[in-house]
Amino acid sequence: MRHGRTRSVDSDILVVGAGPAGLAAAIEASEHGATVSIVDENARPGGQLLKQTHRFFGSERHQAGTRGIDIGSRLVATARDRNVDLILDTPVIGIFNGLVVAVNDNRHFLSTRPRRIILATGAAENAISFPGWSLPGVITAGAAQTFVNVHRIRVGENIVVVGSGNVGLIVAYQLMQAGSNVVAIVEAMGQVGGWGVHAAKIRRMGIPILTRHTITEAAGDTHVEQITVHEVDDRLNRLPGSEKALEADTVCLAVGMSPRSHLAEMADCAFTDVPELGGTIPIHNAIMQTSIRSIYCAGDVSGVEEASTAIEEGRLAGLGAAFSLDLVESDLYERRAAICMKALDDLRSGPFGQQRKTGKDAVLREYDEYYKNR
Amino acid sequence: MTAAFDKRITDHPILGPLDTTEQCTIFVDSKPLIARLGEPILAALMANDIWITRFTKKLGAPRGLFCGIGLCNDCLVFVDGLGCVRSCVTAVEEDMSIETRTNEKRRF
Repeated sequence: MRHGRTRSVDSDILVVGAGPAGLAAAIEASEHGATVSIVDENARPGGQLLKQTHRFFGSERHQAGTRGIDIGSRLVATARDRNVDLILDTPVIGIFNGLVVAVNDNRHFLSTRPRRIILATGAAENAISFPGWSLPGVITAGAAQTFVNVHRIRVGENIVVVGSGNVGLIVAYQLMQAGSNVVAIVEAMGQVGGWGVHAAKIRRMGIPILTRHTITEAAGDTHVEQITVHEVDDRLNRLPGSEKALEADTVCLAVGMSPRSHLAEMADCAFTDVPELGGTIPIHNAIMQTSIRSIYCAGDVSGVEEASTAIEEGRLAGLGAAFSLDLVESDLYERRAAICMKALDDLRSGPFGQQRKTGKDAVLREYDEYYKNR
Repeated sequence: MTAAFDKRITDHPILGPLDTTEQCTIFVDSKPLIARLGEPILAALMANDIWITRFTKKLGAPRGLFCGIGLCNDCLVFVDGLGCVRSCVTAVEEDMSIETRTNEKRRF
């Protein structure tokens, strides 16, 4: 083991994060002749697609009917084909005035001053707190998905899922698929948060979805043994006497995600708060360029959505970065950008997409304001 | 959770059978355990019914898997030669020596 040796990377573009957004960005930029490196802290590329064993919805362009894991391996294969330099096991620890510093394989520093940076750092799961929430057995839905679908470990025998958004519904289904028993899904709102098609699947399996309920305690000595839930009113106050005990050894929290924007903050990007997109995000224009001209963002870090939008945003960021390096002719740039923007509009239509569209429009307005006021 | 409940998903309707051909021995609190080569330490611990990775220093409260992707630091364990690591994102290696429940013994 040699400590302290520094490896240098001299690609035009450095992408942080090898999930759907980062891979799509790298592929797009390299198609226009840019040299691209991707750094990712994980041992395998693909980001959260690695654990998505379900088939995606949408149009042909978004590989509807294909499982997330397969979309991930295709992106990785294409990136490798295009000679994208994939640097794994390498968390980026900071961006210091354009200098990106990472730790490679727990052993060496890696530092680089790329001409363009694309941040595709994804999101982190939210948690809610209640008595007993720190006991072993209380985990995030993403942790359940990672351990079940990637590491092939059952996280519990009898599981309560908190949150009925798409993540909660899909994870509940996948837990059952892997041989665990899902006792119930608990949802504080009056209706199921996720798509009807996922909820129908859950109901067909006989899993109760307790709407207007919230978890109020996880009890146990050194591991969860029992869960308490309460019914709540419109203001989420507990109804007295509505307490129910559920026998469960595991609680999966599927209560939303927040953009992982720490590197954008360190790089001094301007931020805005957009609740529809999960919280505080770097302001950016339609081509995903942040307030720091050499830094682009794509995917959940620029607003929590899903893998298909992350891929389109990645393409835009890769295209924008390549164009800014004079690697793309204007008309080709315009044409490709228009296709991605149209695809994003399509993905953000309908009852579930409209809210995200509203959020993204607010980000674009913030960006315009920011430049007007300078 | 009952001890008889099988923690390893040896067969999966979509992912197929689990590849267990490459195994290694790790030592957890001096006890030898079988792990799948390359899996995270925490996966090996859970497969062997070990759910507590450490106790907190102030309150002595147990911790284990929480985020599973190296963000929360709940699952820290002490590995001989590596020091304090996040067990959910650190792969097992042959003959690796791991200490759990280290609150009294070491400072995290």
